[in-house]
Amino acid sequence: MTPSAIAAPAPALPAEWQDYVRLLKPRVVSLVVFTGAAGLAVAPGHLHPVLAITAILCIAVAAGAAGCLNMWWERDIDALMRRTAKRPIPAGRVTPGEALSLGIVLSVGSVMVMGLATNLVAAALLAVSIAFYVLVYTMWLKRRTAQNIVIGGAAGAFPPLIGWAAVTGQIGMLPVLMFAAIFLWTPPHFWSLALFACKDYARAGVPMLPVVAGCAAARRQIFLYTLLLAAASVLPWALGEAGAVYGVAAVVLGAGFVVQGWRVLRDRQDEAGVSLTDDGPAKAAFRYSLTYLAVLFTALVIDRLVG
Amino acid sequence: MDEDFPPRPGLFESAEIRRRQRGRNLALLVVLVLLAVLFFAITIAKLSHS
Repeated sequence: MTPSAIAAPAPALPAEWQDYVRLLKPRVVSLVVFTGAAGLAVAPGHLHPVLAITAILCIAVAAGAAGCLNMWWERDIDALMRRTAKRPIPAGRVTPGEALSLGIVLSVGSVMVMGLATNLVAAALLAVSIAFYVLVYTMWLKRRTAQNIVIGGAAGAFPPLIGWAAVTGQIGMLPVLMFAAIFLWTPPHFWSLALFACKDYARAGVPMLPVVAGCAAARRQIFLYTLLLAAASVLPWALGEAGAVYGVAAVVLGAGFVVQGWRVLRDRQDEAGVSLTDDGPAKAAFRYSLTYLAVLFTALVIDRLVG
Repeated sequence: MDEDFPPRPGLFESAEIRRRQRGRNLALLVVLVLLAVLFFAITIAKLSHS
């Protein structure tokens, strides 16, 4: 065997179709689809079932496209973090150019189909949500400020507005309150993750709150945001936009999240706020946050159905 | 120029490459067919609505 053959890298195998699906972050998409479908379900008026399914499909594809463009932009730091190193681009299975092309095509396609199938307001909101996630959160904020996910969280809060607009052609009070709930839910959700993935984020140079301000500050912020979220989530009931079924669910779920936040705050920790329990409470709060949002919005839909 | 550079795929790699290409082609076919069905359904829904 010659030296040049030894030094040459093994020929890369072409990507499998599943790799392109992984670029679309299917787990994130599922939550986005759920909140978008909830916005659509609680909106007054009627939308043809085919058009409703198309609207949800467009929200899913747009979220996947935004995730794809996010992976394209973050391929350098993804390679440094254990959680993301096996993603298709850092693993070498998909080229950055392919990911960029896929993201752009799906973004444009989803907005166009949304406009054709429903209305321009829904399409415009969809375009704004993609642009906000990719340009404002991914490219501008994520590597610059510890408040990245606070402001960037707005991108993930758009789906209920889009779902509602697909039916009504406008924006109402209830979807704005749903937007607020997701907006306030995002910080405790991601900062809980950042607490137990702190070393990964520090290695990749991402200024998440626990990395920049310390774990103790992050614990206080998580608890404060759970209080804000618990209060805000009751507003649809208090303002007469939702009934008792939702109200009871919001109170119970909100109280549960505050308890989770309190446990994160009071976790056994050293002087710097680093957990001595392998971040058990933060992991529990992260898991709870996923259930919280799913059950809260399910309760809202049920409330509308029975109300 | 070295005859082994760039390295040529062996038998196993060739079969794996073909399997992956076939999978991608099939997935693309499914997506295109579903898109055609979707656009048809949207058209019918829009027509019935108007």
